[in-house]
Amino acid sequence: MAPLLKVKNMTHFFGGLRAVDNFNLEIEAGQIYGLIGPNGAGKTTTFNLITGVHTPTEGTIELEGEDIKGLEVHRIADKGLGRTFQNLALWRHMNVLDHIRMAHYSRLDYSLFGAFLGSPKCHKREREVIENSRRLLDLFDVGRFADQLVGNLPYGAQRRVEMARAMATNPKILFLDEPTAGMTPDELNRMIEIIRQVHRDFGVAIFLIEHRMKFVMELCESVQTLVFGEVIAEGPPAEIQNNPKVIEAYLGKEDIH
Amino acid sequence: MEMIKNFLRQFTVVPLVGWLIGSFVAVLLEYYLGDAISYYLYLPKIPVLFGALTMLKEPLLIPSVLAYDLIIYIVPVLLLGRLLAAFSNRVATWFEALPLWLATVVHLAAFYGILHLWAGINDYRVLVVKLTMVAIILTVSLNIINGYQGEFSCSHPGFMALGAYASSSLTLMLFADDKMFGAALLPPALGPWLFPLILIFGGAVAAIGSLVVAIPSFRTRGDYLAIISLAFMFIVKSAIENMEFLGGPRGMSSQPNYATLPIIFIWTMLCIWIIHNFISSTMGKALNAVRDNEAAANSMTVNTRKTKMTAFMFGAFWAGVAGGLFAHVLRYVNPGTFGIQKLAEILAMVYFGGLNSIYGSIVGAVSISVLGEALRPLELFKWIIIPLILILVMIFRPYGLISFTEINVKGLMRPKNRSRSGGAE
Repeated sequence: MAPLLKVKNMTHFFGGLRAVDNFNLEIEAGQIYGLIGPNGAGKTTTFNLITGVHTPTEGTIELEGEDIKGLEVHRIADKGLGRTFQNLALWRHMNVLDHIRMAHYSRLDYSLFGAFLGSPKCHKREREVIENSRRLLDLFDVGRFADQLVGNLPYGAQRRVEMARAMATNPKILFLDEPTAGMTPDELNRMIEIIRQVHRDFGVAIFLIEHRMKFVMELCESVQTLVFGEVIAEGPPAEIQNNPKVIEAYLGKEDIH
Repeated sequence: MEMIKNFLRQFTVVPLVGWLIGSFVAVLLEYYLGDAISYYLYLPKIPVLFGALTMLKEPLLIPSVLAYDLIIYIVPVLLLGRLLAAFSNRVATWFEALPLWLATVVHLAAFYGILHLWAGINDYRVLVVKLTMVAIILTVSLNIINGYQGEFSCSHPGFMALGAYASSSLTLMLFADDKMFGAALLPPALGPWLFPLILIFGGAVAAIGSLVVAIPSFRTRGDYLAIISLAFMFIVKSAIENMEFLGGPRGMSSQPNYATLPIIFIWTMLCIWIIHNFISSTMGKALNAVRDNEAAANSMTVNTRKTKMTAFMFGAFWAGVAGGLFAHVLRYVNPGTFGIQKLAEILAMVYFGGLNSIYGSIVGAVSISVLGEALRPLELFKWIIIPLILILVMIFRPYGLISFTEINVKGLMRPKNRSRSGGAE
């Protein structure tokens, strides 16, 4: 069977700058896959290339054997690629429930005129969407915030809202861009729990970018290390942790006097 | 201060129905006794806008005007509102059991009745009410683009002009013997019945015209829309000025009198209802998502380009309808009307009333229109006072008086004799 997500020979230039060089990736259904690397290594660019924000200069991207390279972001998202953002990308004037409702957008089956005139079909669909949204919010333990503006929530709760929103698009694979950025160790442990829970309950594959080794070690089955757009190591976490090239990239070369 | 608070607390138990009953009696009082009372108060005639005009023109009459307002409006409304509170709360409870739409329609009908009686006193009031309602349509529809969608569009007068000219040409061509378009093509008796279709046609022309702005400016985000839409407004204005078959700069006149008070009222309510439906659906809320973070909206499967285009065309459509009504209210249009001053007026209403709120837009449109009429005797100073108020609002409430609030129809109509807990949604 074809892998869920297959990226082959992906290369991207920003002007003359080679941001990502010959990146290859295969993620099977239900796998948790990590991408690590120091700042400026091209991790987020890799994410943006696969999710369609930029179209790669070269290479192919396939989701369940279907070519998704060059499609618009919302089309790729609709095909089953959910994501969260490095710096929370929430809608600050919207309440928590509306965030989750919004992620049902591509599955709204009423017409525009139905929305204008409040057709019975529109009302019925909206009720279903709200019901499903509340269920998801409860699952992520933020149900009690449903009617509040996101900005009023504690940081950890905002992270969970973002995760719930990504899951509401009904993804086959979930992209997490530094899910623990700015979190306390306590919140970090909670996040690990949540990701495990999502993985278990939804059976979704997860592809995550992370700085913190501990997080990656605990969660991932396989890890790639990216430095200046190039993959320098690939394998199970324990192996990566002891790879001299990786240690060099993170800590620098040992000086020889 | 404490006294005023205690006084006002007396009236928290009065439901909307109570106020409607009070206003109805006040209006009846004016209808039957207005002339007599104004005669005994040495007023030349019944004050048109609560006496604002009279007070500014002849300061000596200020006490008389205040006495008139007190006798006719304030005392009956407050007294009856309070005295009948128990009764009106029972009526409100009864309404609560009805389906929401039915209760709303009954309330609106009652409100219209009061408005009709009040405006019926003289033609000036009718005109002010009509223009205010046209302003409400314009403001609510511009709020979709500038508020809900967070762009800055300046082309509303242009869309209005498109709607006004499209619908005027149609009515003149079809239902009137006109010097430009010749004899009526259809029997004039059909006119009022086909008028809704003509307005929709005017709105559709505006919506199609809006594509000229939308297609180039929604490729990217930023100031492009403001610039392109401003240019569009001027292009429409000068294009019409140079079209001789539309009357050129002299404009078009003698449209049939189809835009009567009830017709405009129905259209305004229809506009508010449809826009309210749209922005409370997930499809409409996508506008907010696009405004607050477009990249995130895109990743959550929202087709952002389609969303922006639809909303822009939708806003333009209503501007076109408002233009059509406007042309048939004044029964005269010329391109000069749809210039920068109109734009400033509509923008002021939107930003004064409050972004992202239909309720705010209604408040903004009504207050700026009525203020504009009431301060008319001050002539030039009117354009100092209104902008000053606008600046003050911007300083103290940057998003406008009532922003980010939706109309809660149920909450408005509910009886007020119970404890307040669990009232507001």
